[in-house]
Amino acid sequence: MPMFLLLSGIAALLLLAILAVVFSGSRFATRLVYGAGLLLSLELLVVGGLHLLCDAPPLALSLPLGLPWIGAHFRLDALSAFFVVIVNLGAAAACLYGLGYGQHAEEPSRVRPFVPAFIAGMNLVLLTADAFTFLLSWEFMSLVSWALVVVEHRDPRTVRAGYTYALMASLGTFALLLAFGLLAGPNGSYGFAAMRAAQVSPSVGALVLGLVVIGAGSKAGLVPLHVWLPEAHPAAPSHVSALMSGVMTKVAVYAVIRIVFDLLGTPHWWWGIVLLVLGGASALMGVLYALFESDQKRVLAYSSIENIGFIFVALGLALAFRADGFQAAAALALTAALFHAFNHAILKELQFFGAGAVQHATGTRDMERLGGLIHRMPVTAFCILIGCVGIAALPPLNAFASEWLIFQAILLSPSLPQWGLKLLVPAVGALLALAVTLAAACFVRFFGMSFLGRPRSEAASCAEETDGFSLAAMLLLAGLAVVGGLLPGVVIDALGPISTSLVGRHMPVQASLPWLSIVPIAASRSSYNGLLVFIFIAASSGIVASAIHVFASRRIRRAPIWDCGYADTNPALQYSASSFSEPIRRVFGPILFLARTEVEMPPVGSVAPAKFKVHLEDLIWQRLYVPVTGIVMTIADRLNVFQFLTIRRYLSLVFLALVSLLLVLALWS
Amino acid sequence: MELIRDLVVQGAQMLLVVLLAPLVTGVVRKLKSRLLRRQGPSVLQPYRDLLRLIRKDVVLADNASWLFRSAPYLIFSTTWVAAALVPTFATGLMFSWSADLIAIVALLGSARFFLALAGMDVGTSFGGIGSSREMMIAALAEPVMIMIVFVLALLAGSTQLSTIAAYMVSPAVGLRVTLGMAFVSLLMVGIAETGRIPVDNPATHLELTMVHEAMVLEYSGRHLAVLELAGSLKLLLYLSLIACLFLPWGLTLPDASAWMYGIGLAAYIAKILTGCGALALFETAIAKMRVFRIPTFLGAALMLGLLGTLLLFVSRGF
Repeated sequence: MPMFLLLSGIAALLLLAILAVVFSGSRFATRLVYGAGLLLSLELLVVGGLHLLCDAPPLALSLPLGLPWIGAHFRLDALSAFFVVIVNLGAAAACLYGLGYGQHAEEPSRVRPFVPAFIAGMNLVLLTADAFTFLLSWEFMSLVSWALVVVEHRDPRTVRAGYTYALMASLGTFALLLAFGLLAGPNGSYGFAAMRAAQVSPSVGALVLGLVVIGAGSKAGLVPLHVWLPEAHPAAPSHVSALMSGVMTKVAVYAVIRIVFDLLGTPHWWWGIVLLVLGGASALMGVLYALFESDQKRVLAYSSIENIGFIFVALGLALAFRADGFQAAAALALTAALFHAFNHAILKELQFFGAGAVQHATGTRDMERLGGLIHRMPVTAFCILIGCVGIAALPPLNAFASEWLIFQAILLSPSLPQWGLKLLVPAVGALLALAVTLAAACFVRFFGMSFLGRPRSEAASCAEETDGFSLAAMLLLAGLAVVGGLLPGVVIDALGPISTSLVGRHMPVQASLPWLSIVPIAASRSSYNGLLVFIFIAASSGIVASAIHVFASRRIRRAPIWDCGYADTNPALQYSASSFSEPIRRVFGPILFLARTEVEMPPVGSVAPAKFKVHLEDLIWQRLYVPVTGIVMTIADRLNVFQFLTIRRYLSLVFLALVSLLLVLALWS
Repeated sequence: MELIRDLVVQGAQMLLVVLLAPLVTGVVRKLKSRLLRRQGPSVLQPYRDLLRLIRKDVVLADNASWLFRSAPYLIFSTTWVAAALVPTFATGLMFSWSADLIAIVALLGSARFFLALAGMDVGTSFGGIGSSREMMIAALAEPVMIMIVFVLALLAGSTQLSTIAAYMVSPAVGLRVTLGMAFVSLLMVGIAETGRIPVDNPATHLELTMVHEAMVLEYSGRHLAVLELAGSLKLLLYLSLIACLFLPWGLTLPDASAWMYGIGLAAYIAKILTGCGALALFETAIAKMRVFRIPTFLGAALMLGLLGTLLLFVSRGF
């Protein structure tokens, strides 16, 4: 029954996409599409959530679709159900936001059909249980999201973003195709059940791991495969950016967990190293890129890369623990990864919604042209503040709880026997600690530049608060971020069945603990209680505020800005976003970005303005992508002669190809 | 009965840190003045300053938002909660399990987050410079704290501060090279986090060298009083943390008799006064460094912490 409900919900979403095309001229099209999308994703959310919470056994279903002799296999287990919850929670919020935001889109008919199709595609990926259907849904998801990226196709930057995305997505799917090919083995069984039962040799397993990291890692935005992400995610309309950054990256995480933890069989200890190194690099590089960026949505996209890094580090730890037989620790690390994926989905959607509201209100995403929006858009500002505190991993909000679990998992890793891991894990821990605190700096900058201070442009000074639907979506997600932080035990308990099925154990049951604390391994080792911390903070601020109001003067006098006696009247003289990150740029820039500054002072007596330029180089692009594209272009140029041959030469080429293929076949056997 | 005793100990500790905090600032100032052969203000001067400040009107910039007005209370309360979770004279605090050492570090991070935002609220260049530098210092100092937590947690097998303190007072500790590294880096990071010389100068009003003072420049009256108290509280918190981790002698263990609490309290006061003396001596002896030398200073602390953690990953024997 749940399976039927889920698949019919997905079918209804696809139907809705067609209806959106049919009714694209209607006045009610926006309401119809997003309203129906909201209801359908709520339905999927409830079904998936109930399956997860009731700890129901896996359900399977095969339909006579797709390839005629294979059919399409679907399966709903705890892992799929959890990601169904993430996807549809995000989709429901995005549809609610779209009800308002979609009204003021310039060309809504370019967006509307693709949103339900995108949601359906992501859901399909989670439910498929054979390689063919999986790849088909994966490619469908990529293609539809590509269509959403290039909505504003007249902007050359969008075209470039779409091109990069299409290339990287094809590369990713190609890698996944090869990975499944290896997993299928000589018998050619494409069902996940058969892959799970078969054992692959260690070398094939390593190859599959590498291909999955390329295939799913590029979709998730793992450094160095991230280059398309900060271009493509911001180019889409904001509710779609939210879906891509908050939810689609999680579908990629799902693919990694499904293949590496579920289908690939017994892991080898060094597989963890691959994920740990890439995750640590993503966490640090993502946040540094974000710190030097002034476009709001690009900052958020880079911050997604950072958080994906955290998730992959936790997955790498889980893999290493599982390979060495530390089941309890593996359960902790895996739960931390899944919990962080959930938290990040909520927070990133919230922030993209806020960026969309700001963009609609002011017409810009450039933080250097914003400021003072806390007065003009108070509710949006409050929601984004919660999002910023959350994503900076500060207690008592939700991301702190999950990152705390990751640190607890790192503290368990000295028991790992291998020297490589013993030396690597503390270094990755230091990278994560650095990334957490840099993220705090990044989001102080993000919030401070956009919402605090004085307006830096005309548009920012006359912004208006956004519409009710958008506010409702933001308030909902902000509320979830708070609840998730205060009651993390509920989520952790819901994740129990997943870690039981994947690593054989689950974390201690949290619901039975007094005071709703969370305890990763044992109470004597560590515990954290977000609810109590929140109550303490609330109570002590209450005490101080009331004491101050009883004993202190209650008068307030409004006056001009003090600023040490020299109040600069020009808002342009405020600290800017790039000056805010200057100290951090001086620390990390010269090594990681070859940062240099150029100061051009006019000669004495001249009235020309002085100039100050900062050059940052994206080393990953320069050293990795530029050579590769160069090689591809050179080869393409060389092969270009084949386009202009005579028919005789083509025929002889065909003949040669045939002969060599036959030769290979003859030598093979 | 036990519940009541635990509650009393926890409550006494919360009150104690708030009441003691201004005194610590006063003592440090007095000692520094005496070391410079000046008379110096009375050690009670910070209390008088606070009383004077809360009686004054608040002068608020025209464009200050609700965040600016509520931030002082948030900053104070998060610092206070963090300080209340650090054992001062007794371990086994009633609520110590609600937040471990990582959470205490993160709570201080929350306080700093709001302080940096408050510095940017009015939109002045001084506020921005202060916030920007504070976040740079924090971005390097907080990882050091995490590394120190790692060292302690790997040794004591727990991130709970009470458990770590109980372990440090037990004979199982011994003399360890990793603890030495953690101690030195904790001293360095403590100086940076509390804004003391050579990282920041709490007495300066010279624009280009301010960090903390630049962020609170626009505050006045009761808001400033709350922020000043929060600042003193943070200094006391770091002194207590160093005392309970590295000078744990005299710390009252759970289920001790009443007079043991007296001894614990006396030992605590003595430790804090020693800490104040050492801080004053250090601050008098050293010059403030340029802002862009700070990364090197904190980088050294980070390397020490990381080295300690690495050694412990390799073997628990270090």
